[in-house]
Amino acid sequence: MAIRIDVISAIPDARALVKKNEFQGLVGKGKIRAVQIADSYTIDSALTKTGLTEARLALTNPKTERSYRGQWLPKRFTRGIEIGFLPGVTDNAGNTAKEMIEDAARHAFEPGEQVYSSQTFFITGAVSEKDAQKIAASLHNPLIQTARVFGSEIRKERPTPRIPRVVLSGSSKVIHVDLDVHDDELQALSTYGIRDESGVRRGPLGLSLPYLKVIRSHFKRLGRQPTDIELETLAQTWSEHCKHIIFASPIDGAPKGIYKTYIKGATEKIRKAKGRKDFCVSVFKDNSGGIEFDEKYVITHKVETHNTPSALDPFGGAITGIVGVNRDALGFGLGAKPVANVYGFCFAPSRDASRLYRDRAQREEMLSAKRIAEGVIKGINAGGNQSGIPTENGFMLFDASYRGKPLVFAGTVGLIPKKRNARMLYKKKAKNGDYIVMVGGRVGLDGIHGATFSSTELNANSPSTAVQIGDPITQKKFSDALAKEARDLGLYNSITDNGAGGLSSSVGEMAREAGGCRVDLEKVPVKYPGLEPWQIWISESQERMTLAVPPKKWRAFSALMRRRGVEATVIGEFTRSGACVVAYARKTILDIRLDFLHDGAPLYPLRVEKRETRTEAPKVRALRDYSHALAAMLSRENLASNEFLSRQFDHEVQSGSVLKPIQGAGRVSAEAGVFRPVLSSSRAVVLSSGVAPFYSDLDPYGMAAASIDTAIRNAVAAGASMDHLALLDNFCWTESDTPGRLWQLREAARACYDYAVAYGTPYISGKDSMFNDFKGYDEKGNFVQISALPTLLISTIGVMENAENAVSIDAKCPGDFLYLLGETHEELGGSEFFRMIAEHGQKGKIGGRVPKVEAKKNLKLYKTFEKAVREELVASALSVNRGGLALALSKKALAGNLGIEADLSKIPGTAKAPHALLFSESQGRILASVRPDAAHRFEKLFTGQGYRRIGAVTKKPVLSVMLANKKLAFLSLNKALASYRKTFKEW
Amino acid sequence: MKIKPKKAKKVRALVFSGYGLNCEEEAAYGFTLAGAEADIVHINDIIDGKVSVNDYQILCFPGGFAYGDDTGSGKAYANRVKNHLGKDLATFLSEGKLIIGICNGFQILTELGLLPGALTYNDSNRYTDRWVDLEAEGESPWLTGITRLSVPVAHGEGKFVAPPKELAELKKKKMVALRYVKGEMCAYQDLPLNPSGTMEDIAGVLSHEGRVFGLMPHPDRALFSTQLPHWPLLKERARRGESFPEHGPGLAIFENGVNYFPN
Repeated sequence: MAIRIDVISAIPDARALVKKNEFQGLVGKGKIRAVQIADSYTIDSALTKTGLTEARLALTNPKTERSYRGQWLPKRFTRGIEIGFLPGVTDNAGNTAKEMIEDAARHAFEPGEQVYSSQTFFITGAVSEKDAQKIAASLHNPLIQTARVFGSEIRKERPTPRIPRVVLSGSSKVIHVDLDVHDDELQALSTYGIRDESGVRRGPLGLSLPYLKVIRSHFKRLGRQPTDIELETLAQTWSEHCKHIIFASPIDGAPKGIYKTYIKGATEKIRKAKGRKDFCVSVFKDNSGGIEFDEKYVITHKVETHNTPSALDPFGGAITGIVGVNRDALGFGLGAKPVANVYGFCFAPSRDASRLYRDRAQREEMLSAKRIAEGVIKGINAGGNQSGIPTENGFMLFDASYRGKPLVFAGTVGLIPKKRNARMLYKKKAKNGDYIVMVGGRVGLDGIHGATFSSTELNANSPSTAVQIGDPITQKKFSDALAKEARDLGLYNSITDNGAGGLSSSVGEMAREAGGCRVDLEKVPVKYPGLEPWQIWISESQERMTLAVPPKKWRAFSALMRRRGVEATVIGEFTRSGACVVAYARKTILDIRLDFLHDGAPLYPLRVEKRETRTEAPKVRALRDYSHALAAMLSRENLASNEFLSRQFDHEVQSGSVLKPIQGAGRVSAEAGVFRPVLSSSRAVVLSSGVAPFYSDLDPYGMAAASIDTAIRNAVAAGASMDHLALLDNFCWTESDTPGRLWQLREAARACYDYAVAYGTPYISGKDSMFNDFKGYDEKGNFVQISALPTLLISTIGVMENAENAVSIDAKCPGDFLYLLGETHEELGGSEFFRMIAEHGQKGKIGGRVPKVEAKKNLKLYKTFEKAVREELVASALSVNRGGLALALSKKALAGNLGIEADLSKIPGTAKAPHALLFSESQGRILASVRPDAAHRFEKLFTGQGYRRIGAVTKKPVLSVMLANKKLAFLSLNKALASYRKTFKEW
Repeated sequence: MKIKPKKAKKVRALVFSGYGLNCEEEAAYGFTLAGAEADIVHINDIIDGKVSVNDYQILCFPGGFAYGDDTGSGKAYANRVKNHLGKDLATFLSEGKLIIGICNGFQILTELGLLPGALTYNDSNRYTDRWVDLEAEGESPWLTGITRLSVPVAHGEGKFVAPPKELAELKKKKMVALRYVKGEMCAYQDLPLNPSGTMEDIAGVLSHEGRVFGLMPHPDRALFSTQLPHWPLLKERARRGESFPEHGPGLAIFENGVNYFPN
């Protein structure tokens, strides 16, 4: 018998007041008089009467809450909306309530028994059934949740509690799959999946025909048919996601492939050239890339994307994204402690009200642009904040092309000592005989076949597998237990994350270290009974690590995990058989040679074809006064203050904050973050990024060059050293099976090589996501394809010796001189200024020259700047980025809450037109302020390089930009600040 | 900037960890900088009897997200403490020792009933990270010599509430430790003084003659001068002859806790 406990607030409930405003916004202000919220816990276990009282007391704060047995109903309400989870969806509140009840009532739950949480919103007012449905739609995502709308009739009905228990009737039988069939059937196998015993297809394998044929001949040689689990395993291991086939395949112009030629190739060349100054410790081979922090520590970084899941369930997608990449720190070496998070969002503009559907029948609607953005932000908030990891840096960009799929970048920096006792902690190796141990959450149907599983196939008791919700606390528990305890006790030999492909991928990878593995699948702890063996093997249930624990250490390891509330289970052992062997109920169901598993997939050459985008430049009308244009630019979504993000993403936890994401008196968004990961060391880490997708279609090579230059310059302006700076690459491409897009890809990658080598900044880690295309239907039922702009995110991580050398963006003192370093040319192709003009009657005309990066000149300038910083000559610095010099001047003044007088008449470079002087996005530029008595030395350092003293910081709260004696732009700080802050005021 | 500890005294501080608490390292470092010997101890090691609170003079419940704030912040962790360590804490307090709860730790102490009132959702119902200015008004060893103090807050449930009678008594008995006021940080970044909508701007409260101290703001995130939002400005002014602080303002609280005990 299930028992329900309802908890309500006995004091004014801020959550309900915020919801009231939201609901009023949805259905009209007059219709909502009051909102009340009840939190419910449905306990599916036989509690005694005293047990129930204990449970209720534990769940209630007597000063602020009241609780009731059974469903609570307010004295008066018009409509109620109850939101609960679908079966099998991670229910963190339910899990915590279960633990609390176990502890408080000393009650042991039987296997399969659970506590299920739900939340009911009671609305009083003139709300119709239709209004209530609209509100319900805003409160839940049908892929993971249910909504029940009811009126006062419920008083009579007294419904029995809903229990979203998972009921599966999975068979443990293993199917042998006949591949000796016609190509059509092979194709069907690829697209729709293996047929189970009842003839139903299990969902796509995604293996191409040539791959299926390679597998067919392999098993023919073995004289048997592959099993379902063997095919599923090969499908995972040989997927684009896991193997990065496009980056690995030979491509026109780079026979060794993009990755080896341009990315790894650049790093190898740079490391060689650096010789003894090489700071790379472990690059490309582990879950994150690692560089030297100091003589004692290594610092790691990894940036991932979680685009498709975030399109389906923005909150779940983003939280699993950030919590997932935290595990890439934990999976580095023997476990690095996560010390910082970064994020990057590419969204469609929130005013985009277009409706899109995944199916022709318009049953599966895509979430709106605004909801995707809001959900993703909430997910990063919950994931980062709950894990206690500071969010040091990030960006948010908007473009209509991200309407089909948002891009959600999430990255984590880790810290690991080089050595403990005699062991190098950044190295790992599973040994023959080590136990295979799964640590953390249990296995369910989560993420099987990823997001391709259609929601129409879900019925009332089938779990939602398409999307998942992260559980930061389960992860925090094992993260602490591993990286802060077990690692330093030397209790395991290797560790890796369970991400894409689940156990099949993590165990399969680690088996290479030892030389083989044998797994008993029935030993894997599951969330609910009835899972089929292949499902357990490839499930992507979150919050799990796989470890190699020597049998001698198992008792100590297992006891430690138990004391930390972490589940750890031996599921097999590493061998040196040369094969990956999996058994279920003592029967071998998978037996694949490791060399075939990992290296059996052939690579086929890729063809490129130059893709030219003929885009005109807009007609630019010369203006007498650009004040208005500048104010409009300051309010652009891509330039305006996103302080609301930095405020809600904790950036001070762990106590190492040095340069915060919002800086100065005016609270202006910065481009780089600086923090100290070791509290007793004055060394600091600099994080930044560069992304320039608006240049992609005009000049992919120039786009990549600009991304790299921007990322590096942002870090340098904040005080980073060119001698200790590394890069990460994240390619988010589209239609990557077409020669035109592949040409763009190769061009971008070519620039990645050229500029990284020129700057001496090695890549240490990267990730690619090749198909950011949405294919579906619009409101009229027409087929639509939306492809995201090819987007390359370059992230930087650098180490600086002394945190006190960090440079913030805000102008400091009236009378300080302002210097523009670097050259300004007429480079407005794809610029934010052209995008703004094009929006006013010149649709799509954003063409023109994309900024050209002069690496040699810039490198000299950056190194000189570094010297000026070390000599303490620089009072403030800001890298000149999107929006150009006018934006940089505005941000510097606003951040310092001080005026600026600048004259652009003699700045270095070829730009002449006023709009180009103001808004050109030429790379290689830094805007710095310098105290007058340091100016002489500062100028001497830059002798012979492109720089100009363009003006001064003033007390008068005005931004004044002149061209000799002509006024270009004149804005009061108040006006500029209002423009800068208004765009996201309501977010 | 001062980042290394003084020579250690004999005062011992225990900082709780586990189940999603996450500020234990910086809290322990605060005590270390103040001269104490600080240990981070998982709550289960105390429950299992591996570590005894009797061996310590100071207990600290640090910030974090114990149990993900599920079912209400601090509730689940407080229950665990109550179910297993209730007596130990009572004994500890009867010996005249000190307890501090920071942020999530403050929420835990109110849920435990060791401190008055309760903490609920911010008016914005949103997690907020910013600097605040505080004025000390209660009588407590933790607040010796402190009148004004600026440190950060970072929380989603930091609104202190108490029934009128309880509140009146708090004020009478000088149990309001800290209030948010308009000070240096609010002026510098033009911010409202109250970050959460908390009752009468209360940021921290006291009990047990001021020996138990709970506060939403994070002194543990203001240990070093480079944590100040305007340190680059102060640094630039220092280059022109003004002074630069040696450490962050939050350190004073840890020093008070440690110095309360005789050498």
